[in-house]
Amino acid sequence: MTADAERSILSRLDRRRPGVRIALVAVRALVFAALAVLCVGPLFWLFKAATSTTTETLSDPFTLWPSGIHWNTFAEVWTKVDFARYFVNTLWLMTGSLFFGLLVATTGGYGLAVLKPRYAKAVFAALLATLFIPGVISLVSLYLTVMDMPLVHVNLLGTLWAVWLPASANAVNVLLMQRFFAAIPADLFEAARIDGAGPFRVFVSLVLPMSRPILGVVSLLTLVGAYKEFLWPLLVLPNPQDQPISVALPRLETAVDFAQFMGALFISVIIPVVLFLVFQRQFLRAAGNSGALKG
Amino acid sequence: MHEAVPSRRSRGLISWVRRGGLSTLVFFLPVLLSFGLFSWWPILRSLPLSVQRTNFLTTDWVGLDNFTRVLADPLLLTATLNTLWFALLALVFGFPVPVILAVFIAELRRTRGLASALVYLPVIFPPVVAVLLWKAFFDPSPTGVLNTILGWAGLGPLSWLNDGDLAMISIVLQATWASFGTATIIYLATLMGVQTELYDAAETDGAIALRRFWHVTLPQMRGVLLVMMLLQLIGTFQVFTEPYIMTNGGPEDRTVTILMLIYRYAFVSGDYGRATALSLLLAIALSGLSWIYLWATKRWSTS
Repeated sequence: MTADAERSILSRLDRRRPGVRIALVAVRALVFAALAVLCVGPLFWLFKAATSTTTETLSDPFTLWPSGIHWNTFAEVWTKVDFARYFVNTLWLMTGSLFFGLLVATTGGYGLAVLKPRYAKAVFAALLATLFIPGVISLVSLYLTVMDMPLVHVNLLGTLWAVWLPASANAVNVLLMQRFFAAIPADLFEAARIDGAGPFRVFVSLVLPMSRPILGVVSLLTLVGAYKEFLWPLLVLPNPQDQPISVALPRLETAVDFAQFMGALFISVIIPVVLFLVFQRQFLRAAGNSGALKG
Repeated sequence: MHEAVPSRRSRGLISWVRRGGLSTLVFFLPVLLSFGLFSWWPILRSLPLSVQRTNFLTTDWVGLDNFTRVLADPLLLTATLNTLWFALLALVFGFPVPVILAVFIAELRRTRGLASALVYLPVIFPPVVAVLLWKAFFDPSPTGVLNTILGWAGLGPLSWLNDGDLAMISIVLQATWASFGTATIIYLATLMGVQTELYDAAETDGAIALRRFWHVTLPQMRGVLLVMMLLQLIGTFQVFTEPYIMTNGGPEDRTVTILMLIYRYAFVSGDYGRATALSLLLAIALSGLSWIYLWATKRWSTS
């Protein structure tokens, strides 16, 4: 690799100039100061507000813990506010969404990329079409569909099925899988077929084990999506006892003490933040890739 | 041996099964069921639903009545103007910042990874949590978070969400905070793929950094910038969660958006036909926007 193989607007030569060096130090300081205030600041303040008393935060929002850190807020949130229930609901919601999402994306991607029957082209086109149709068009009719399922006339409202199943119809995930499976060398499939492996065998013991990276990306996208969703679970889970965290939080705002509410917000955000810190690389790669997919 | 000769069609079926047609279909079942029931069918069903009035017991065909009632709603104009105002503000606040930030971060060497992680932190906030936290920041009392900061500069206090002129601006501030990380990371990924030979050439010609950005970086980012702008527009036209939680459309309907109107028609008044009619109108407008946009960019990029 040459020195210029990885250059940006500034070259190596530029970086040696004293003026450029000073400017770079200034830019770095500026960027990090801004990011500290804008990105870390709110999270830190939320933690501070959760562990201070309500009157402290409301009368003087920027004084750090005048009466010490009140860790007990989190315990109160967990037990008194019934947060544990919403947390369990959220876990169920995410687990089911992951299961059905992966089921549809992997089998569909395999069918489109490897099995390729004659109708694959039509299915592919119909999947692509959903990407170009704004989601708002089917909000109401999807609600009516879930309320009275075609043919079987079952009402899914108030059950987690009403969240799990519609979430599984995610064209981006199917296409990501399809693209990855299509890049597996055809010789491997040929060899497996000569060994007498049927399509199911090839799928389970060849395709899936080779696809860990993309399975990781799709799982991450699905889990994050399920955790963030607000409007749809609000519509289909009207009973407060069944609701996930995201739907329950706005109701808590007026129902509980301010410090406890901040505690509930902090718990809700710290779970994905910890996951992000652990899987940082995967998160950022998925975000950058989504640009490549769109671009 | 006198075996019955199978008809042509069933022979075709048997050989289809032998060649693995059935097991292939089994693999397609999840995708067909999932999209059939929860994507394709609801989209198609929107069309008849928009010309019907239904209360689950009876369904009447009412022609264009739903559309007439949508257009006759005085709130429609308010909601459209509010949504356009939101889109414009979101573009002004939210479009330049990630570009500049990405260019700066791309120049950092050892600290680039840390900066990307920090930039992405607000995106990790679940939207509801971010909205509720900012709602607390917008506390209109003089000791509210943002009012305290303004107070340090001798400004304020402002009423934020309670002030008709300021409510939408406040919502856009929050929305921009929540989304600038995604755009920055996407631009950063694009910047890492910029052809570096052109920088070398520009440098040899004596172009300073700003000129290199203008003449080399920006043209290569044009495609992704245009797509991001389109996606942002389509997203902002469907804004709901932020105004719903922060103001529920107030004060004096100054933050009612089109999607909030659809929500109210369908899930507050139970008027599904009218809600679907408005959804269709919005979807047509959005598709029209995409077409105009794609047409314009095609012309622009070839000229």
